Amino acid sequence: MSDITTIARQFIQALPHSREMGMELEAIGEGSATISMPYDARLIGDPTTGVMHGGAVSALMDTACGASVMSHPQAGFSTATLDLRIDYMRPATPGQTIRTKAECHHVTRSVAFVRAVATDDDESRPVAMATGAFTVERKG
Amino acid sequence: MKPPEPLHIIKQRREGLLRSLVDGVPYISFLGVRFDRRGDELTAVLPFRDELIGNPRLPALHGGATAAFLEIAAMIELSWSTLWDGVEADGALPEGPLRLPKTIDFTIDYLRAGLPRDAYARARVNRSGRRYASVHVEAWQDNRARLFAQATGHFLMPPVEPRA
Repeated sequence: MSDITTIARQFIQALPHSREMGMELEAIGEGSATISMPYDARLIGDPTTGVMHGGAVSALMDTACGASVMSHPQAGFSTATLDLRIDYMRPATPGQTIRTKAECHHVTRSVAFVRAVATDDDESRPVAMATGAFTVERKG
Repeated sequence: MKPPEPLHIIKQRREGLLRSLVDGVPYISFLGVRFDRRGDELTAVLPFRDELIGNPRLPALHGGATAAFLEIAAMIELSWSTLWDGVEADGALPEGPLRLPKTIDFTIDYLRAGLPRDAYARARVNRSGRRYASVHVEAWQDNRARLFAQATGHFLMPPVEPRA
């Protein structure tokens, strides 16, 4: 594991809000990151169905996308979200862990482009997809 | 002519509608979002706490917390404005569990880093049809004119039940 991956892993696991939501980094490196978030009653958005809130899925998407940028060899360690679009294809099945795989697929001197997919146990039918642009910090 | 409705009845009804939308949604309480109401105008408030931090080195609000805050503000405003007329006309809350709109997509524009302090958001329903709605939401902290994030979302409206 390269140094940057180790640093990125430690950094992401220390993010207070991600920790509070129970996010776990499963894999990271070379511009790709997988983060999971176990089902949690505190994150429910619709009490009649028990489905997790879209906002919780957005938070997971943002974290995974940022992590993929940080792990990209050309992007540098620090990044911030410029914009993020999330498409919700279907409600996540209550009781199941949501897992997001983000890929930083293109990096310029100033911008990193990312796409991500969130799935529950049925990986053939995505729960949500995201597209985003992130900042690339100039190396001092 | 009917005498004007007593003020406390009006307030009770409007607060009741707001509570029926906000209370009972676990994620809204988890994040700590509350709503200030002035007549029919809602302002979502996200009181700062350390757990909302994303990058501890800056420190800055977690982009995910910002996204969730804006999505909650947009969805509550949409439900609120959809139900308002009926509740005001009937003088009573709708019966049965509330059917909430579903998010189709949500696009967040991060304008500047969220500071470690309270955040506010106001949403505007730009288009509300029978099936689809488009909602814009703006968020700020110290200065109303300096937004730190804005977002647009599309929502699928719950099926309208015939009124008795």
